[in-house]
Amino acid sequence: MTQQGAFTIFIAAIFINNILLSNFLGMCPFIAVSREVRTAAGLGAAVAFVMTLTSGLNYLVYAYLLEPLGLEYLRYIAFIVVIAATVQLVEMVIERTSPVLYYALGIFLPLITVNCAILGVSLFMVIRQYSFVQSLAYGAGSGVGWALAILAMAGLRRKMKRSRVPAALEGPGITVILAGIMALAFIGFSGMVPM
Amino acid sequence: MRPALWLRRSRAVSTLRRGVWDDNPVYRQILGICSTLAVTNLLVNTVVMGLGLIFATAMSCWTVSLLRNVTPKRVRMMAQVLIIASYVILVDLALKAYLPEISEALGPYVGLIITNCIIMGRCEAFAAKNPPGLAFLDGLGCAVGYTLVLLAIAFFRELLGFGTLFGYPVLPERVTLWTIMAMPPGAFFMLGLAIWFFRTIQKPREA
Repeated sequence: MTQQGAFTIFIAAIFINNILLSNFLGMCPFIAVSREVRTAAGLGAAVAFVMTLTSGLNYLVYAYLLEPLGLEYLRYIAFIVVIAATVQLVEMVIERTSPVLYYALGIFLPLITVNCAILGVSLFMVIRQYSFVQSLAYGAGSGVGWALAILAMAGLRRKMKRSRVPAALEGPGITVILAGIMALAFIGFSGMVPM
Repeated sequence: MRPALWLRRSRAVSTLRRGVWDDNPVYRQILGICSTLAVTNLLVNTVVMGLGLIFATAMSCWTVSLLRNVTPKRVRMMAQVLIIASYVILVDLALKAYLPEISEALGPYVGLIITNCIIMGRCEAFAAKNPPGLAFLDGLGCAVGYTLVLLAIAFFRELLGFGTLFGYPVLPERVTLWTIMAMPPGAFFMLGLAIWFFRTIQKPREA
């Protein structure tokens, strides 16, 4: 597992072990923000960026701070603090550079902090004992994979607006079922790279 | 007033009921569904996860509510995350000590209780404004409602995917198993069906 090349991990994280469709992480914003392609693209990019950055930072924190001190059990707290700080930074940058995107994302930007996909990537990276480069590749791949999934879903939901769906299934219900069909399609990729 | 009527009207009961049924986190608010999907392929995992979540949610809500008057508004999110993380660490360490195999099987999902939006949502929406007792009940209700739906989903996924319940085989040999139920897409389909089912039998109301 630890011998895999960084590029393999990157590709596998996008298609085979898609963080959203096979690990079910980051579902809440996935369901809530996938109504429009534009906002989905903005959030996808923000998540991918934060994920890459935090997986690298958290690796450094874990390998050079927590492990030498024997404080591994504090990793949840350490990771979440790093993530919160990074999101704060990204928020400030987006507010300065693109106010339109900032208002479109609204509450979902700070909520990236509690996006389980971000914390999940850091935890998986520790469990799988990735090196620094592997962690970065895994973080970037997972981020791109998440963005890809939410973009595809936003496209699907635009088409769904014209279809008739049972009243109780409308909105989140049908979205989850669509995600299931997408997950089914992604299973077709498994076996491409031995994980 | 008759006791039954009083019970139905009391604030504690309505707080509990709202979490379990009226405003159920899974099919009403669509919150915290990441772990709904991930741990529901086996009933045992679901029970353990549910208990951990119930403990963490109820205790976090109680603590957040206790500290609500001394927490500065600006840092309240951070304070809440730290409170939640502390209780999740307790759950994680307890599992590692007493149920190492299940802890292994759940992998990162116990740690991910921290980012379960149900806890954060309840702390922010209810515990930060209400007294500790009610906040505890509110957290308890939501977590129990969440766990019940999880168990319903896990029941069907384990039964159809592995032909077992709590690890004991219950289906006859000749039944063809739906392996897909044990795999990720099965989780999505079951959740979609659960949302459909519960929203259909629940009385419609203005959203």
